[in-house]
Amino acid sequence: MTNEKPRIGLFVTCLVDLFRPTVGFASVKLLEDAGCDVDVPMAQTCCGQPAFNSGDRADAAAIAENTIKAFEDYDYVVAPSGSCAGMLKKHYPELLKDTPMAERAEAFSAKVHELMSFLVDVLGVETVDASHAGSVTYHDSCSGLRELKIREQPRKLLDSVKGLKLKEMRDSDVCCGFGGTFCVKYPDISNKIVSEKSANIKASGAETLLAGDLGCLMNMAGKLQREGSDIKVRHVAEVLAGMDDKPAIGGGRN
Amino acid sequence: MEIKSPEFKENARGALADAQLQKALGNVRAGFIDKRLKAIDALPEFDALRDSAREIKDHTLAHLDLYLEAYEKKVEEVGGKVHWAETAEDARQAILNICRSVNARTVTKGKSMITEEIGLNDFFEEQGIRPVETDLGEYIIQLRGERPSHIIAPAVHLNKEQVESDFRRVHDHLPVARDLSEPESLLAEARRVLRSEYFAADVGITGANFLVAETGTSIIVTNEGNGDLTQTLPKVHIVVASIEKVVPTLDDVSQILRVLARSATGQDMSVYTTLSTGPRREGDPDGPEEYHVILLDNGRSSMLGTEFQDMLRCIRCGACMNHCPVYHSVGGHAYGWVYPGPMGAVLTPSLVGVDKSGHLPNASTFCGRCEEVCPMRIPLPRMMRHWREREFSRRLNPATQRYGLKGWAFFARHPKLYRLGASLAIPVLSLMGGTKRRFSWLPFAGGWTRHREMPAPESRTFMQQWRDREAAKQGGVA
Repeated sequence: MTNEKPRIGLFVTCLVDLFRPTVGFASVKLLEDAGCDVDVPMAQTCCGQPAFNSGDRADAAAIAENTIKAFEDYDYVVAPSGSCAGMLKKHYPELLKDTPMAERAEAFSAKVHELMSFLVDVLGVETVDASHAGSVTYHDSCSGLRELKIREQPRKLLDSVKGLKLKEMRDSDVCCGFGGTFCVKYPDISNKIVSEKSANIKASGAETLLAGDLGCLMNMAGKLQREGSDIKVRHVAEVLAGMDDKPAIGGGRN
Repeated sequence: MEIKSPEFKENARGALADAQLQKALGNVRAGFIDKRLKAIDALPEFDALRDSAREIKDHTLAHLDLYLEAYEKKVEEVGGKVHWAETAEDARQAILNICRSVNARTVTKGKSMITEEIGLNDFFEEQGIRPVETDLGEYIIQLRGERPSHIIAPAVHLNKEQVESDFRRVHDHLPVARDLSEPESLLAEARRVLRSEYFAADVGITGANFLVAETGTSIIVTNEGNGDLTQTLPKVHIVVASIEKVVPTLDDVSQILRVLARSATGQDMSVYTTLSTGPRREGDPDGPEEYHVILLDNGRSSMLGTEFQDMLRCIRCGACMNHCPVYHSVGGHAYGWVYPGPMGAVLTPSLVGVDKSGHLPNASTFCGRCEEVCPMRIPLPRMMRHWREREFSRRLNPATQRYGLKGWAFFARHPKLYRLGASLAIPVLSLMGGTKRRFSWLPFAGGWTRHREMPAPESRTFMQQWRDREAAKQGGVA
């Protein structure tokens, strides 16, 4: 019997792998519910952004080659992060453009999607089977928003979650101050930016903060908790997959 | 001009602790962003205009030598003189020679970032010539001995109470009891004081937003009309402009003007768009007797043909800094040289060297908002990354950063070792997080934990758990 389900290679992302496996399992559930066959290649590590954005092109290119080789045989490559998906889709071809891998990088790029965009734009998913009693606010992470045009897709799916009320915050499209290595290289500036963000999150009145990128989420969760807030912080996939029974990122204040 | 970019971190800390500055920076967000959005929403062809503006500049830069020579020819045809200046020193000297030739003692100036770049005011004072800034913002910071903190709003870091106290200090010939509580009264007083300066000046200096090759015209856009008086009333008008300001035709200018003011202040057009072609002709009611153009390179020609060429499309609207979270946090002075914000983070290393300004392209979250709003579609984050690449290949960044990165990259390039390391370390770290599931302090993570909690890993890694799940499935099938 032929298997006509699309075969997905899940790019877990290093932060999800190490810090928040729940996001990985939530992604698998959403993809399987949408009729996909999900596989997780063991030869993946990180997308290479720390090297790429620090000017270390050689290491970034070597990591890119490994990733492409591990994933290029799948029908699609999906990542629960706009930042990592943006790296795979937009920056790998640029990084490898004058190398023997150039064509393969282009072909690979065409298969890469961020999770929310893949569900809505590629698979045409309109609703999910989940419920969440309470209010949430959604932060648009920069790379997903500006490189991959992810804005309406997560909101559309959240709209179908039973009991969920979306309370938009002011400046949801303004950076949270994470910026990868930026937040430790320029901690004081990063702190100023995330303080503005946390003020907007609190002012929204929502009980839970959602976003599509774990780096940003850890940054905002860490700030909210340092400020003594009891707002819960989760990846949007967790709520959409009905996995909001696990402790929130950084535990929240219970 | 003295460069303080190496102290960016200290500058930033000072700016973050300055309550008055932080309050003033709130005005940048409130003042520029919504107005720009409103202006753009009202113009459906805005994005198409951006494309066409980009094409005009790309075309010009590809043939820059031809257009500059054509421009020079036209300027001379209408009776002006072009002075080519390779360096800031050359430009200062050329300007000084012109001023000396007419025994100039007072020089009025329209707003010009390029004269900031060549440190003209300090030079004039050393030479016994009195420069008078006539743009209100520039006038205020000249009184304070400061430099612009924004390329189109030089005094945006100040509030009106500070300006009032400066006016009372400097305009001490005016009645003490006068009311200066409103911005309008401050403006009126500045106008009154400056009025006599326009007539006293021997030379007027302006920058240029555009130089038109077709006609030999220089163009400035202003909102106060001070530029017109600066360039029309004195005997000599000197235009100081960098080489990338040239565009082929007046039609081209009119295209780019449509995106400039909208991106800058949210106006459809600036209040004044002033075209200046040569000195006063016979029959002209007014105008200068001499018209000079200083064409400054100062490192720009070496950007041509490199990954930084696109930066030469910049039309200095300021939209990138108006939308930059880092600029919003620290303001323009922290950047330590003439050009702040994202455009400064790319241009400054080109002009003064990345060894002196390496912080600037690094102090970005790569949020991409600058590129999103840039009317000339300059890929600012990509060019900041190119600077980071040059720093990395020249080993300019700190050794700890380099070794840390190299160590991490070794594991990231070797998935099996990476997996092994993660499967050992992560469960331990997870346990250490305890019932709070987070850390308030971690070794080597001070940059993070100084300001925020660090979430602990949830459990074992995803990969460990996934393997178990797959193994169980296999077992189930068998």
